[in-house]
Amino acid sequence: MSVVSFILRRMVTMAVTLLLVSALIFLIINLPPGDYLSNQIAELRSTGQEAGVAKAEFLRQEYALDRSLPEQYLIWIGVWPGPHGFSGILQGDFGWSFEFDRPVSEVVGSAMWLTIVVNLAAVLFVYALALPLGVLAAAKSRTWIDYLSSFIGYIGLATPNFLLALILFYYGNKYFDLPIGGLMAPEFEEQPMSFAKIKSVLLHLIVPTFVIGTAGAAAMMQRLRANMLDELNKPYVTTGRAKGLPPARLLTKYPLRVAFNPFVADIGNLIPSLISGSVLVSVVLGLQTIGPALLAALKSQDQFLAGFVLLFVAGLTLIGTMVSDLLLLLLDPRIRFDARTR
Amino acid sequence: MDKERGAGEYLRLSVCLFHGNIRCDYAGSSNHIVGLAVKWLLYTTVTRATTRATTRARMQSLLCVNDVSIGFGQEQSIVEQLNFTVYPGETLALVGESGSGKTLSCRAVLRILPESAQIRSGEILFNCRGNVSNLARLKERSLRDIRGDRISMIFQEPMSSLSPLHRIGDQVGEILKLHRDCSARDAKRQVLAEFERVGFNNPQRAYSAYPFELSGGMQQRAMIAMATVAKPELLIADEPTTALDMTTQAQVLGLLKSLQAESGLALILVTHDLGVVANMADQVVVMRKGRVMESGPAELVLGSPVHPYTRDLFAAAPVIPEFEQGEVLPQSDDFILELQNVSKTYGVRHGKGWLPQQTITAARDVNLRVRRGKVLAIVGESGSGKSTCARIALGAELADPGGQVFFREDPTAALIEVQSLSPKQKCEFQRKAQMVFQDPHSSLNPRMLVADVLTEPLEIHGIGTATERRDRAVDLLEQVGLNASMLRRYPHAFSGGQRQRLSIARALALRPQLLVCDEPTSALDVSVQAQILDLLEDIRDRLQLSYLFISHDLAVVARIADEVAVMRRGRIVEQGPPELLMANPLHPYTQALIAAHPEPDVHRPMDLAAVALGAGEPETWSDAFRYTNDDAPPLVEYELHHLVRTHG
Repeated sequence: MSVVSFILRRMVTMAVTLLLVSALIFLIINLPPGDYLSNQIAELRSTGQEAGVAKAEFLRQEYALDRSLPEQYLIWIGVWPGPHGFSGILQGDFGWSFEFDRPVSEVVGSAMWLTIVVNLAAVLFVYALALPLGVLAAAKSRTWIDYLSSFIGYIGLATPNFLLALILFYYGNKYFDLPIGGLMAPEFEEQPMSFAKIKSVLLHLIVPTFVIGTAGAAAMMQRLRANMLDELNKPYVTTGRAKGLPPARLLTKYPLRVAFNPFVADIGNLIPSLISGSVLVSVVLGLQTIGPALLAALKSQDQFLAGFVLLFVAGLTLIGTMVSDLLLLLLDPRIRFDARTR
Repeated sequence: MDKERGAGEYLRLSVCLFHGNIRCDYAGSSNHIVGLAVKWLLYTTVTRATTRATTRARMQSLLCVNDVSIGFGQEQSIVEQLNFTVYPGETLALVGESGSGKTLSCRAVLRILPESAQIRSGEILFNCRGNVSNLARLKERSLRDIRGDRISMIFQEPMSSLSPLHRIGDQVGEILKLHRDCSARDAKRQVLAEFERVGFNNPQRAYSAYPFELSGGMQQRAMIAMATVAKPELLIADEPTTALDMTTQAQVLGLLKSLQAESGLALILVTHDLGVVANMADQVVVMRKGRVMESGPAELVLGSPVHPYTRDLFAAAPVIPEFEQGEVLPQSDDFILELQNVSKTYGVRHGKGWLPQQTITAARDVNLRVRRGKVLAIVGESGSGKSTCARIALGAELADPGGQVFFREDPTAALIEVQSLSPKQKCEFQRKAQMVFQDPHSSLNPRMLVADVLTEPLEIHGIGTATERRDRAVDLLEQVGLNASMLRRYPHAFSGGQRQRLSIARALALRPQLLVCDEPTSALDVSVQAQILDLLEDIRDRLQLSYLFISHDLAVVARIADEVAVMRRGRIVEQGPPELLMANPLHPYTQALIAAHPEPDVHRPMDLAAVALGAGEPETWSDAFRYTNDDAPPLVEYELHHLVRTHG
């Protein structure tokens, strides 16, 4: 199967999946009775603020919330004419956030990129930590190295993230002068990208990356260790020893290469768990990622904002899965070559 | 006769003594000192007369294993006081059943033992161009220079012994990169030359192939190329042909022999097959439970075995009996199972999406009939379509349109067409036709108690109450020669032979009429194999069963089958009762199968020419049998009940 045709086929299935996911998201958001505006109208009526009610009614019409659900959905994704013609996600119009009283694109705009940056950093951190530790733990299994790395890993798994965050902030600030909270120094907010701003972001990233990444790294390390231990008993490793390969080279060339497959396949799973896992952490650490916005939107039934954020996470996951499948395809000749079909 | 034999024993004793192999574990010589004295006397008198032993004395040994003991952790030693000597250019066979410590012994030479195992005592002296080093105590770093370079090794399972993710050329060339100071280009040239030497038609293709793209025989050739490319002095082959079918085994053994003749390579051959030993070995060491039972030159150990264990091994070794061509008794026309015009094609996804789908024909126009109470055997190499036929017979797979499978429960019952059964009818049919699998280790769920394994089929079909099922399980265990106390154990507590008994018991649970046995003995030791065949014969007669028996081993088939069908590349090439087929094999492939069967007799070596001829491409067979453009000649009746695929 050639790589290009594989990518093309995956693109098509991705589009279909995303469509299904969007329908599901829309349905779930609308499952609780009412919507943001009807809740607000009810509240305004009860407090007698008729002027506000008129505005809310206007918004209801403006965003087609008075129409049937399927119609709303089609308008939202942009294949049905709304009050302003075709204007939905496909056209790049993500809707209005009632909670923040701003367009969704403005609410999530910078947060979206920061989310990608934070999670990419976390993924890299997970891999950079899990790979050497997992291999080492397997190669030196049942020695103090193995026990120590497992111990550290379990601490990482067992410590509540927010607690870890607070501890790290305190000591990081005390000894290394690391900044507390946020993703950049306040003076750079809303500023164009500059070298100083990148530096500030990187400095602010250290603690969040560590906090979000430890649990994932610990789990992945254990998985890699288990995979490696399985592979180390395979006959081809004995073949390598019988060839006279030095231990380190033997380990990295053969068993690691095979144990790497599940490791790579995890990229797709890692992203959603990191994002949902980091919502709370983002709130605690005051990170301007998409997490706090999602939490707020879900609480107040801010449907366009919530829908967009969820769709965005789903998209990231799909891309992550595709990247991992593509890497697997390149890494493992068995997947690349003919497969017998029954 | 007796006198000759006596002389042989003395000679062997003397040779054993000469090599330090005095621990021949003779039955009767319990008094060690007396035994030693007797042996010494024998030795002094006989060596003068034996020229062979004196030439040996002058010859430098290549590898000398002295009093080696190997054990795991703190436990008692598994291998004790192992002694053997390998001379340049010679083949030493380590023979024994599973658990005899033969694999551990041969791995100890390179110290590639499992992590918890260690060499406890003794020395392993390796003579590398005049420098004698003790491999048992050598530093790991220096040992690495010997591994792969001076002593190399090949293993039982070529598929799993090669890394699935690296190209063959890379894995073979790695040896040269490690041990030789040569350029990448030079290394590749040498690897290609070695590929040609071990019999790859297209070395360039093999160089860039992945292991899974090659057949088992070709993979083993690649392993051999990997082991010989650095021109070592000693090659250790750990069951190199056990995972291969007969004709491929013969070819691989032939290759090892010719490589040996070319380069003066010494070989340690680890095997459980006395037939292989007889064809290959100069020296034989018979092991049992970590002890050497008997050792000496092959002619003597194989010609007149002294130790009772060696004799037992011989008795169990499967041999194709000499059939007298005789009258075939008239047979009944009561068939329990009939395969009519069964073909099966598989689609193969092609690497390039724009090319049309390729098809592989696993079976073509197969017609087979199993008589009630009899055994029909299908013989052939891997990929011949024999297992496909078995799956189709059980309705586990559908034949291509046009093929039909009929089953008749008893002579008076209506004929059932297996392919067109509804799911409910199929479930009913499956009660009457059960399967025994090849590998008893993987076909039993390790997390299920024996009681659960045996009662599960009854539960699925809703037969009996819990206590009735339990009684049935006890009954089944007794039928296969196990006892009721084993019900509360897990499969891992059983040996290979016992597990195969369990899987037979499970197949019998539903009181079937037909058993499909897919290579039921090929994963077992020879002595256990004989017992399982006894059991299968016994329950066939006791329970009036009929078997469809799949095997690659003609000796097994000759023993149990009432009718044999030889398959090759999806087609039946010859068919008939064993007494006709084996006495007068007509087809070149049948002849190759018989020739490839290694007999445990040093004076009857394999006929490698016949193997090469018959096991080759169908286009190269002699005129009468040749296929042209995949068109095969028809299956014609050569004599009554004896069919062969020939033009005339």
